[in-house]
Amino acid sequence: MPKKDTFLGAFLNGLIFENPTFTLMLGMCPTLGITTAAMNGVGMGLATTVVLVFSNLFISLLRNIIPDKVRIPSYIVIIASFVTMIDLLMSAFVPSLRAALGTYIQLIVVNCIIFARAESFAAKNPPVQAIGDGLGMGLGFTWAITLLSCIRELIGSGSIFGLRLMPEAYQPMAIMNQVPGGFITLGILLILVNVIKAAIARHSRARKEELA
Amino acid sequence: MSTFFVILIGQILVNNYVMCQFFGICPFLGVSKKVDTALGMGLAVTFVITIASFFTWLVQNFLLVPLHLEYLHTIAFILVIAVLVQVVENALKKLSYSLYQALGVYLPLITTNCVVLAVAINNITDGYNLLESTFSGCCSALGFTLALLLLAGIRERMELSNMPKWMQGFPGALIMAGLMAISFMGFGGLI
Repeated sequence: MPKKDTFLGAFLNGLIFENPTFTLMLGMCPTLGITTAAMNGVGMGLATTVVLVFSNLFISLLRNIIPDKVRIPSYIVIIASFVTMIDLLMSAFVPSLRAALGTYIQLIVVNCIIFARAESFAAKNPPVQAIGDGLGMGLGFTWAITLLSCIRELIGSGSIFGLRLMPEAYQPMAIMNQVPGGFITLGILLILVNVIKAAIARHSRARKEELA
Repeated sequence: MSTFFVILIGQILVNNYVMCQFFGICPFLGVSKKVDTALGMGLAVTFVITIASFFTWLVQNFLLVPLHLEYLHTIAFILVIAVLVQVVENALKKLSYSLYQALGVYLPLITTNCVVLAVAINNITDGYNLLESTFSGCCSALGFTLALLLLAGIRERMELSNMPKWMQGFPGALIMAGLMAISFMGFGGLI
C-alpha cells in the first residue's frame, strides 16, 4: 500500500486501495440511484470529482483558519458553493445529462465521500496532496459507479453507453433498471470484491510461509 | 383532506424514499444492525425532517423567492438543516438528557442524511403549501423509519444464521434490501 503523504500516493490510495465505493462504502445514494445507464455513471462520477477536488483544495488551504467549532458549517458552505456552480454549469451545457441525474446533482452536497475526505484528509494535509486525494477518490468513485452502471445497463436494457450489445432476441430484465436491481447488483459486486480480497490474502500468506 | 391521504400513502409506501427512490442509503445500511438503534435514528430523523420541511418552505417563499435567489436554494437549505440539527442537539441536551444520550451519536449524522435535503427540495418542486410540506416531510421520514426498522429486524435474524463468510455484513444486507425493494414495488398500484 502506498504512502498517503505524496500526491501520487494519495491519488492511488483513493483510486484503488481505499476505493470509496467498494472499501469505504461511502456515497451509496448516487451509487445506486443513477447507475441505470453507463453515461449517467460517468457524468455523476466526474461532477462529484470536480466538486471533491475543489472542496479538498479550498478546505486544505483554509485548514489553519477555520476554527474547529464551526468547521462542519464551514465545510458545508464551501461544498455547497461548488455544487451550485456545477449544477448551473451542467444545466447550461449538458441539460439532458443534468435532467437524467435529477436531484442527485444537488445532493452531492450531502454525499458522504466529500464530507469524509474533507474531515479526514483535506483538513489535515497540504493542498497538493489534498488535490491528489480528491482526484483519486473522485476517479475511484467514477470507475466504480461506471462499472456498476455498465452491468445494469447491459442486463436491464441490453446496451452499454447506448450501444446495443445483446442479440435481438434478448429480452431486457426491466428490474435491473429499478431499485431492487441496484441493491442486488451492488451486493453481488461486493461479494466478488470480498472473494478477490480473500484470495489475495491467502496468496500472500502462502507466499510468506513458503519464504519462511 | 384527500391530498393529505395521498401524501400519507404516497410518501410512506408508494414512493418510500429509501425503498423506491434510493435516498438515505448510507444510514439505511450503516445503522440497521440493531432494532433499538434503528428506532432511535428513525425518530431523530423524523423530528429533524418535519421541522426542516417547515423552515425550508419559509426560507424558500419568504426569503429566496422575493430576492430572486432561487438558484441558491441548495446552499440555503443545507445551512438551515445544519443549524437545525445543532439546535435540536442543544435543546435535547437541556430538555431531555436521556433522549439526548439515546440519540447522541446519530444527531450529527442527520446533516449528511440525503433524505432531509431531498425532501426539502422535492417539497418545493412539487409545489406544496406550508401545511402540505410539513406533513409530507413527516410522512417521508416515517417511511424512512419503516424501511430502517424492517431491515434492522431482518439483519438481527441474519446474525444468528449460518452464512458464508463473504456474504456477511454489507453484501448480505444489500441483497436483503433488494428483496425488500421488490416487495415495496407491490405498493406501486395503490394510488
